Amino acid sequence: MSHAKSHTALIWKVFAFLSLVTIVEVFLGIVKPASLNLTQLLGTSILNWIFLILTLVKAYGIAWYFMHLKDEKTWFRRAIVWPVVFLISVLAFFVLYEGDALGIILQEWTSWSYN
Amino acid sequence: MEAIVADPQKGGAWSGGGSQPFGSSYGKMMMWFFIMSDALTFSGFLGAYGLMRFKFLDSWPIADEVFTHIPFIHGDFPMYYVAFMTFVLIFSSVTMVLAVDAGKHMQKGKVIVYMGLTIIGGLIFLGSQAWEWKTFIAGSYGAVQLEDGKIVQFVDASGHQLTLESFASNAPSERVQHKKENGLWFVSESGLPSVTLEQVKEGFANNPDISMRTELINLDTKEKTIVSREEANKFLNKATRVVQGANLTENEYGKTLFADFFFFITGFHGFHVFSGILINIIIFFNVIIGTYERRGHYEMVEKVGLYWHFVDLVWVFVFTFFYLI
Repeated sequence: MSHAKSHTALIWKVFAFLSLVTIVEVFLGIVKPASLNLTQLLGTSILNWIFLILTLVKAYGIAWYFMHLKDEKTWFRRAIVWPVVFLISVLAFFVLYEGDALGIILQEWTSWSYN
Repeated sequence: MEAIVADPQKGGAWSGGGSQPFGSSYGKMMMWFFIMSDALTFSGFLGAYGLMRFKFLDSWPIADEVFTHIPFIHGDFPMYYVAFMTFVLIFSSVTMVLAVDAGKHMQKGKVIVYMGLTIIGGLIFLGSQAWEWKTFIAGSYGAVQLEDGKIVQFVDASGHQLTLESFASNAPSERVQHKKENGLWFVSESGLPSVTLEQVKEGFANNPDISMRTELINLDTKEKTIVSREEANKFLNKATRVVQGANLTENEYGKTLFADFFFFITGFHGFHVFSGILINIIIFFNVIIGTYERRGHYEMVEKVGLYWHFVDLVWVFVFTFFYLI
């Protein structure tokens, strides 16, 4: 293993990138530009989609470079990533769809005024 | 066959018999499989949170209004502290990966320094989370709960939230704390709220410029609805108790479920951080006494590194779903 190449420069680059993404997220989270926050797109605001995509980008950066998935054999990497991505997508789809349906029913039955 | 069957001649079952499918050792592969199962556990929790979030889309607490504190400084600073925590965790991930890198080159001194920094980063994160919990439990303004569980908060004319103490009357209260000495010996009660419901009601009646804010979110402006005085009095007639702070059974910021999920998910993640720190400390001392120098490789550092990065990875998602979205 001692002949392995040092990745120090790459590690600092990835850190700079992850920090930048976090700063952008926090900035948007504090400012909450109305044009992004109040515009709906595919069931939620554009701002939420931006947060979601930036989060996935960060997760990719951590898994690929810090957990060095990129150095693993192709099919080992796929054996790890594909099942998790598939199962989480299925789970997220079902529970969020169900939650939305519950909400539609519940909101009809919730009163916000009293006599 | 030989490549996949554990061969005691080559080093016993715990090393997978020395066979390395995909060029990955037994320990590393099992760490990956553990991480996969743990990732699914966390997605189950976050999925449940998402379900409730969608279910109560029109009345969920707004995170920006809940987590607004910074240690030693008064004022309204949404997100800054949790952003700091995120940086600490990412940075400890960086020092961890630098330790792994140094281990590959058999640089014992560097591994010690970087692992030490990683442990310190983990401790700072855990301390910050403890502080975040303490602040959330203590609460900031106080609220009143209605008989159907809804939470109403009080605002001044400009829509800023008011603490209950700032307007409640100081009418004398008959209510005393339920203790073993004065009540049922098997029942006890934690401290009473600093104001009673009657004092809040009286204070509200005496201050005509105070108004009330309900949990209902106006989806066009993404802000909580402020109701008229007339409507507010109807709400107050249904009030049952004063709520200050948050715990598993009440939450002054809104839905109790928000507090439940917050404590459960950040607590579960915090416990991962805690066990990660313990494992890191064990490996840290192993590095110092030269265990891996003698073994000829620092793969153990790489394996605990995988776990530590995973903890960071989970935090990235917790941060997004609890604080940003």
